Amino acid sequence: MLEVKDLHVTVEGQTILKGLSLTIKAGEVHAIMGPNGAGKSTLSAVIAGKDGYEVTQGSITFQGQDVLEMEIEERAQAGLLLGFQYPVEIPGVKNIYLLKAALNAQRAARGQEEVPAPEFMKLVKDKLGEMKMDASFLQRAVNEGFSGGEKKRNEILQMLVLQPKLAMLDEIDSGLDIDAMKVVADGVNSLRAEDRGILLVTHYQRLLDYIVPDRVHVLVDGRIAKSGDAELAKQLESRGYDWVVEETAA
Amino acid sequence: MSEQTFLDSLARRSAKRDRHGPEPSWIAARRQAGAARFEALGFPTRRDEAWKYTDVRAIANGEFALAEDADFSQTVAATLTLPIDAYRLTFVDGVYAPALSQLEGLPQGVQLVPLSQALADNHEAVGGPLGRLTGVEFSPFSALNTAFMEEGAVLRLAPGCVVDKPLVVQFLSRSGAQPVMCHPRLLVEAGARSQATLIEHHIGEEDAANFTNLVAELILERGAILDHYKLQEAPLGDLHVASIHAEQARDSRYTSYNLNLGGGLVRNDLISDLNGQGAVANFYGLFYGQGRQHIDNHTVANHNAPLTFSNENYKGILDDRARGVFNGRVVVKRDSQKIEGFQSNANLLLSDRAEIDAKPELEIYADDVKCSHGTTTGQLDEEAIFALRTRGIDQQTARGLLTLAFAGEVLDQVKLDAIAERVELAVAGKLPERFNLAGLVEAAAALDEQ
Repeated sequence: MLEVKDLHVTVEGQTILKGLSLTIKAGEVHAIMGPNGAGKSTLSAVIAGKDGYEVTQGSITFQGQDVLEMEIEERAQAGLLLGFQYPVEIPGVKNIYLLKAALNAQRAARGQEEVPAPEFMKLVKDKLGEMKMDASFLQRAVNEGFSGGEKKRNEILQMLVLQPKLAMLDEIDSGLDIDAMKVVADGVNSLRAEDRGILLVTHYQRLLDYIVPDRVHVLVDGRIAKSGDAELAKQLESRGYDWVVEETAA
Repeated sequence: MSEQTFLDSLARRSAKRDRHGPEPSWIAARRQAGAARFEALGFPTRRDEAWKYTDVRAIANGEFALAEDADFSQTVAATLTLPIDAYRLTFVDGVYAPALSQLEGLPQGVQLVPLSQALADNHEAVGGPLGRLTGVEFSPFSALNTAFMEEGAVLRLAPGCVVDKPLVVQFLSRSGAQPVMCHPRLLVEAGARSQATLIEHHIGEEDAANFTNLVAELILERGAILDHYKLQEAPLGDLHVASIHAEQARDSRYTSYNLNLGGGLVRNDLISDLNGQGAVANFYGLFYGQGRQHIDNHTVANHNAPLTFSNENYKGILDDRARGVFNGRVVVKRDSQKIEGFQSNANLLLSDRAEIDAKPELEIYADDVKCSHGTTTGQLDEEAIFALRTRGIDQQTARGLLTLAFAGEVLDQVKLDAIAERVELAVAGKLPERFNLAGLVEAAAALDEQ
């Protein structure tokens, strides 16, 4: 589904990713962990198409398409969706507008008709219920004045409505209390499907108690230094990252 | 000489009026003063500082008749009238239209009558306040209005009277063989602690090309609260000049919502005299210009007393070759200490050929004051555009959503939901097609109602 090969990325002249390779198949949940500054957020930012990241080497393909050649919105329309670590506040743009415009755009790109209003409303209300969000959220501006937890829930809500093929969640657990984390984790778990990949980027193992990954990768200094199953995350929890860093250096 | 056309028209009107017998002497005297003042000044030109960016030759060179009747199709009027539960006074090309008005059930203490009737009932009661705030000195247009004045709306609120529904004063502009002009007056006397919402609504038939020259005087006694909507939806051929002057006693609150979508040439002067401690003036404005529309708003907050507050937020969106002018002045008199005056203006240009001239002005002659002002013309938030694009929304739609949101920042202040929604829909409909917003806002509004 997603294939990242030998990816090198520089930001403002500094090389952050130095040959990262990663393959995610449909139905899999991958977690990328690593110490601060290892380049975790850079990977998802590059895949989403954020400005200021220069790919100097390597490739990203998604379902056979060259992601780096696609416009930002084309990536999302193709089903590649990023949940932000710090969701942007968009004053004045109501959540309902964003959800409707986004869903319409995705459907249009796939040659499908717009969802009829009643169907759309039912879909959105169901998903709101899953995220334990009140319907009044729809009339509020996107993330404006939302608490940290509300912003993260809103990211997951968008995922639930848009049903991406690959959901990338960048530090979706940061700033969440335990109750909010459970809601967010439940939302992510409900996204798990045979035809969908999920990529979690996280610093802490805590999230992985709720969303058990198939594969765990440790990112050190711009490369994947170690990969394993969910057990690896537990080791990192008890032993920290230093041993992986030392192993890599050795 | 173009002024002469107006003076000739005035002479013909006077002769005709005289056949019905003499007017009260104060009115005749003011007409004369108005005519003399107008003759002396002539129409303003671009050399006048206050008219530097606004060319009124389309008015000066026009030939406008005076409407003789208020005939208007009930069916068409119904489509133009705001669909809200309100008391309503309607004028067609400036002529009172009782058949299109609805004044039944006005609560005790509220008087909303056409000026002609107020004059017939008791002209002396009108003569005191009328012209006190906006006399013939204010501008050539106020002089011209005074010379021609015949009709308009008089609203009187008894002390403590709270009006249960909005009061709409509706001006319908007809399309016809010859353009017409009208010089309406609005006189509001809001008694102490009274409270009302006044909606001044300008709208008309699509092909109309008339000239409206309005003078509004709003007197707010102690503690009075007046929300004044000016919803400008006149046809794009219409020319519109207005002077709106509020006088505020202690603890009164005047809020102006100046929502300008229509009119080919629009110039508003909005002035508030904050004369008593605790008085608050809010100026909210949103203007959207397209085609060759020209929209000019001049506002002044005169802080004549200590502990007075003014707050202004104007936003403009200009497309095609439209032109906007914003001039906001905050004046703090000597010894007007502890005042607060905030002003902000932001504009978006959607086309290379659109233009905005924005000028905030602060004149402060006291030292213990809190004032700020700022104007930006500009740019949409690129980070927000990126965020929307990562959801699959294309760049143009993202820009459209953010442009709509930009207008929404003013509409958020609007208390009447029906008006906020109407204007939002209108803006969404006017935004260029490339923004792909058609249907989105309607759909969202429909969902909202479920």
